Amino acid sequence: MYAPVSWLRELTDVPADATGADVAATLVRVGLEEEGLHGGDIQGPLVVGRVLTVEPEPQKNGKTINWCTVDVGQHGQMLTEGKPQEIVCGAHNFGPGDLVVVVLPGGVLPGGFEISARKTYGHVSNGMICSAAELGLGEDHSGIIVLGELLGPEAAAGLKPGDDAIELLGLADEVVEVNVTPDRGYCFSMRGIAREYALSSGAAYRDPADPAALPVDAPGEGGYAVHLTDEAPVDGRAGCDRYIARVVRGVDTTATSPQWMQKRLTQVGMRPISLAVDVTNYVMMLLGQPLHAFDLDTLSGSVGTRRARAGEKLTTLDDVERALDPEDLLIVDGADTPLAIAGVMGGATSEVGESTTNVLIEAAHFDQVSVARSARRHRLSTEASRRFERGVDPDVTAAAAQLAVDLLVEHGGGTADPAYTDVDHRPARQPFDFDVTLPTRYVGLDYPREEVLATLRAIGCEVGEGEGNVVSVLPASWRPDLTDGPELVEEVARVRGYDQIPSVLPQPKSAGRGLTHGQRIRRVVATTLAQQGLSEVLSYPFVGAGLFDKLGYASDDPRRAVVTLSNPLSDEAPLMRTSVLDTLLETLRRNVSRGQRDVAVFEMGLVTDGTGGPRTAPVPGVAGRPDDATFEALYAAVPPQPRHVAYAAAGDAERGGPWGPARPVDTGDAVAWALTVGRAVGLDLQVAPAERAPWHPGRCAVITLADGTVVGYAGELHPKVVAALELPARTVAGELDVDVLVAATGTPVDAVALSTYPVAHTDVALVVDEAVTAAQVEEALRAGAGDDLENVLLFDTYRGDQVGEGRKSLAYRLTFRANDRTLTTDEVSALRDRAVAEAASRTGAVQR
Amino acid sequence: MSGPNTQYDPVEVAALDPEAIEQAVTDALAAIAAATTLEDLKTVRLAHQGEKSPLALANREIGALPPSAKAEAGKRVGQARGRVGQALKERQAALETERDERILVEEAVDVTVRVPRRPLGARHPISLVSERVEDIFVSMGWEIAEGPELEAEWLNFDALNIGADHPARQEQDTFFVEPAGSGLVLRTHTSPVQVRTMLEHEPPIYVLCPGKVFRTDDLDATHTPVFHQFEGLVVDEGITMAHLKGTLDAFVQRLFGDGIETRLRPNYFPFTEPSAEIDCRCWVCGGSGVLDGQSCRTCGGTGWIELGGSGMVNQRVLRAAGVDTDRYSGFAFGLGIERSLMLRHNVGDMHDIVEGDVRFSQQFGMEI
Ligand SMILES: [Zn+2]
Repeated sequence: MYAPVSWLRELTDVPADATGADVAATLVRVGLEEEGLHGGDIQGPLVVGRVLTVEPEPQKNGKTINWCTVDVGQHGQMLTEGKPQEIVCGAHNFGPGDLVVVVLPGGVLPGGFEISARKTYGHVSNGMICSAAELGLGEDHSGIIVLGELLGPEAAAGLKPGDDAIELLGLADEVVEVNVTPDRGYCFSMRGIAREYALSSGAAYRDPADPAALPVDAPGEGGYAVHLTDEAPVDGRAGCDRYIARVVRGVDTTATSPQWMQKRLTQVGMRPISLAVDVTNYVMMLLGQPLHAFDLDTLSGSVGTRRARAGEKLTTLDDVERALDPEDLLIVDGADTPLAIAGVMGGATSEVGESTTNVLIEAAHFDQVSVARSARRHRLSTEASRRFERGVDPDVTAAAAQLAVDLLVEHGGGTADPAYTDVDHRPARQPFDFDVTLPTRYVGLDYPREEVLATLRAIGCEVGEGEGNVVSVLPASWRPDLTDGPELVEEVARVRGYDQIPSVLPQPKSAGRGLTHGQRIRRVVATTLAQQGLSEVLSYPFVGAGLFDKLGYASDDPRRAVVTLSNPLSDEAPLMRTSVLDTLLETLRRNVSRGQRDVAVFEMGLVTDGTGGPRTAPVPGVAGRPDDATFEALYAAVPPQPRHVAYAAAGDAERGGPWGPARPVDTGDAVAWALTVGRAVGLDLQVAPAERAPWHPGRCAVITLADGTVVGYAGELHPKVVAALELPARTVAGELDVDVLVAATGTPVDAVALSTYPVAHTDVALVVDEAVTAAQVEEALRAGAGDDLENVLLFDTYRGDQVGEGRKSLAYRLTFRANDRTLTTDEVSALRDRAVAEAASRTGAVQR
Repeated sequence: MSGPNTQYDPVEVAALDPEAIEQAVTDALAAIAAATTLEDLKTVRLAHQGEKSPLALANREIGALPPSAKAEAGKRVGQARGRVGQALKERQAALETERDERILVEEAVDVTVRVPRRPLGARHPISLVSERVEDIFVSMGWEIAEGPELEAEWLNFDALNIGADHPARQEQDTFFVEPAGSGLVLRTHTSPVQVRTMLEHEPPIYVLCPGKVFRTDDLDATHTPVFHQFEGLVVDEGITMAHLKGTLDAFVQRLFGDGIETRLRPNYFPFTEPSAEIDCRCWVCGGSGVLDGQSCRTCGGTGWIELGGSGMVNQRVLRAAGVDTDRYSGFAFGLGIERSLMLRHNVGDMHDIVEGDVRFSQQFGMEI
C-alpha cells in the first residue's frame, strides 16, 4: 500500500518538517513495515515546455529521432542565450504546439539520473522531454507525457512554458510504501493508514468518512431496485450483507478526472483511466471500500446477488471467459444476467464505456471467505478482492457510495437520483469480555488499567462501563480481526511500543535431557563419514519418473512406490525420492562436471516410503484436540519417512604424488565406510554379497546387523547405471538406514576385561571355492576357535595353479590370548586346529 | 694377564721406557684425532688399545719388573692408557654426534609435499549451523523435536490457525501431494512439529524444532524452494513476551556475538497473537548502518537485520493441540538457517548452499 505524505497530511497532523522516512518510522512502530520510499528525489529544473518544431531524422540504425525546439520560457532564455531549447527526442506521440515536460541540464531524475547537455545523433541535446516512467509516475514507457492528454485540455490551458512541473505533477511529494499484514485490511486505505499514524504519533486524526466531513444522503423509497439472494452461503454466512445501489444520470464519462485525483492515483500506483473508473478507485484508496460502476443502460431493471449455476460463464473485464462455480457469488441484473463476480471483478458487458451516460454505483459488503474463494478459484487477485478477503468496514459503505456520487456529479456533470436503496442485513457485532490485567500478564510489562482502556478506545473499541477487571469490549467496525483477549493485548502492547518489553530469560523448572540418542547417533554417523574423507552435501529430494529405470529397478521394486506432488517445481521431477542416492548421484555428477576429478560426497536426509499407496489425511476442526481416533488417523496418513544416509565417490580414494601412486576408490572403500560408521556407533556390522540395483551384481554388499536386519547396501554401481546417469566409470556408492542404526544402539556396551597375558599369533592358509566369502570363512574360524581368539585378520588372497581353477586361498592371521594365563604353543595349535576344522566343515576349506 | 716372568729379558723391558710410552701415547692421540669416521676410530682403537697395541704390551711387561720398579711403571702405563682411553671415548662421542647429525640432515624431506593422501571430508555448514543452534538451546535446558517433512495439511495449517480460506495460506506457496484432497503437503515451516509436540506431551514444553521446509519459490541468489528453519516453542505457566525477548537476546548473543540485542516489531502471523518481527542489531556495523564511510551492506544501512517471526502462541493453536489456555501460555519463534549462515559467514549466493558443490562444504571443516 502506497501512502503519499501529502495525502496523509490531509487526514492527520504530520509535522511540517517530517520526511517520508520519519513517517515510515512512525508507521513501523505500530506494525506497518516499510517496503520502500518513493518520490521526492527529482531535482529541477523540470518545467513545462511548448514544442515549437519537430524535425524527424532517420538514423542508420533504423530508428528515427526527432530534432525538436521547445519553448521553456525563461529557463531557455538563461541556458541557451535566447534561443528555444534544442532537444533530441526518440518518442513520436507529440507534435508542434503540444505542452510537454522537460528536464533541463542540471536536473536529476529518479534513480540519481543526472541530466546534462550532451551530444547525441549529431546534435547537442539540451535536456530531455520526459515520459511518465522516467519521472517515476508509473510504468508507462510508451511515449512522452503530453500535458493536454494527461491533465485534460482545460487544465492544460492554464499552463505556460517555464512553469514548474515538479509542483504541477506532485513530484516533490514523498510516498511511503508499507506492507499491510492480512489482519489489517483497513490499512488498505488512506483512512486506515492515517488512523495508524495518529495512533503511533498521538497526532490528531480526521476521519474522511466522518458525517461532518462527508454528509450522507439517507436512503429512500423508489431507488434502483436491489434483490439479494444466496443459495449457498459459506459456513452459514450470507455472501452479501449490505448492498447500496446509487444512480447518477447524464454523466460525461469522457470527461477527464481532475488533475489532483489523477495525481493521487498515480502516487498510489494506479493508472488514471476514465472519470468513472478513477472515481471508484479514488474512493477505494481513500476509504478502503471497493466500488463498482455499471453502465446503467445495460442493466434490466434491478441489481442483486445470487450464487452461480453449474455451467454458467462470464466474460470478465480482462476479456477472459470464466467458467463459474456454484460457490461463486455473482452480481446479476433483473433479467438474472451475470454482471460480475461479487467483490472480485466486473463483467465486460456492463462496463462503463465512452457511450455511457447513466452510471450505477455499487457499494457493498461481501463475505471475506466467499470472496477469497472466488479470487483463488479464478486466480484473480484484484484490488477489490484483496480488500474484501481481509475485511472491509461494513459501516463505511454508504459514505463511500456518497463520495463517489458527489465526485461524479461534480466532475462528470451528472445528476444523482434523489432516492437510493440500501439493503442492510449486517449482523450486529458482538462485544466480548476482556480482562484488563491480561496485557500485563501476557507481555510481562505493567500496563495500568487506564492505559489499557485508553488504548482500546483509541483504536475505536467501545468499552463497557464498570470498575472490575473484566470489561465488555466492542471492537470497531473496521477491525473484524479483533475477536479475543490476546488480539487486544497486541493492540495495547504495540501502542505503548514493543521496544518497552523487557528481556527475561525463562528458566525451565526441570532441566532438559539433552540431545536424544537418535540425534547423537546421527551426528556421529555424519562426522564419521566426514572423517573418512567424504563431504556432506544437500540436494532437493525431487526426482523424475525415468530415474528408476536408469537405476535398473525391477518393475516391482518397492522403491518405485512414490509419493507424487501435484504442483512440482518442475514437471521433470514431480516425485519424492525413495532413496537418498536418487538425488545424491546427480550431485556427484555435478561436482565432476565442475572439474572435481576425485569426489566423495554424502547426504543424510529423509526418504518417502510410498508403498502404502495414496493416503488421505483427515482435516478435523480446531476448536479442541482431535479425538483419539482422528489423532491416530492423522498420524497414520503421513507416509513413513525413514532417515537414510547415502554416499557416493569416484576417482581416487588416496592421492598419488611424490610418495607413490594414487589408489582409485573401489568397492572395498564403499563397504569399509559402512563398517566404519557401524563401528563408530558401537556396532559390528555384517557383510554379505548381494544383488541389488543400482549396484554391480558382483560388487555389491548387503550390510546387516548381527541379527540379519538389513542396514543398507554398498559397492560399485552397475556399469549401465553409471552410463545412464553419466557418472565417472567405477563410481561407488552406499546407502544406510540411519533409523535402523539408531534402533540397534543405545544399550550401554558391556566392557570386556582386558587380558594382559601375552598374545600368540598363528597363520593359516585355507583354500576354498570362489563362491565362499571371506566373511563366511572368518565367521567359521571365530566359531571354531572360541573365546581365546582375539582377532582374525585376512592378510592375503591367492588365486592360481597351486590352488586350482575356481578356487582361492585365503591367508589369515589368528591372534590368541587367554584372559587367565599365557597360552602354550600346544594350546594355540589345538585352538587353530579347531578353527580350521570348523572352517572346513562350514565352508569346505582345505588347509594349504 | 701374564704370570710372573721368571725369565727376565732386559731387552723387552725397553717397552716400559718412559719415552717409548710417551711416544705410544702421542701416536695414539694423533691417530685418534685423525680418525674421521667411526669405522676409522674402530681401527685406531684396535691399534692403540687392542691386545697388540704398544701400551698393552708395555702393560704386560710390568709384571716382569722388580717389585721396586712395578709401582712407577704401573702408574706410568696406567696414566698413558687412561689418556688414550679418554681420547678414544671423546672422539667416539664426537663422531657419533656427527653421524647422528648427518643422518638427520640426510633424512630431511620436503615437508611441504606431504599433503594428506586421503583428504578430510567436511560437514555441510547448514548442518553445522543447525547443530550449533541446537546446542545453544540444549544448553538452556531445551530439547530438540523433529517430525516428518511430508506432513498432514491439518498439522501444517489448520491447527496453526491458518484455515482453508486464510489469506496467509495462499501466500505460503505450498507443495501439495497427489491426489487432490489428500490432506498432505510438504511442510512449509517446522511449526507442525510444534503441534505434534503439544499433542504428544503435556506442558511444560521447551523445544526447538529444526528441519527442512519447502515452498514453491524459484531458486535465486536469496531464495531456495527447499530450505531449513528452526522454530522454538515454549509452553509453560506464566510465559510472557518478555520471556520471548529474553530467549531471543540470549540466542543471538551466543550465535552472533556478545552484546548483540534484538528488537521486536509488531507484525502478523496467524499462529501467534501478539506477533512480532525479530530484528537483531547489525554486528558488522555495530548498529550504526555505516561501515568505512559507506552504507553497511549486511544490514542495508538500517543498523538492523531481519531475522524472523515470533509471538505468543495463539490460543486457538493451543486449544487445537489440547493445551489448557487458562493455565498455560507460550511463545514461539522461527528463523531461517540459510539466512543465519549467509549473515554469519558472508555467503553471497544461495546457489552455493544448495547445489552440493563440495568446495562449499570444504571451506568450513567440522565445526562452525
Ligand atoms: Zn550493518
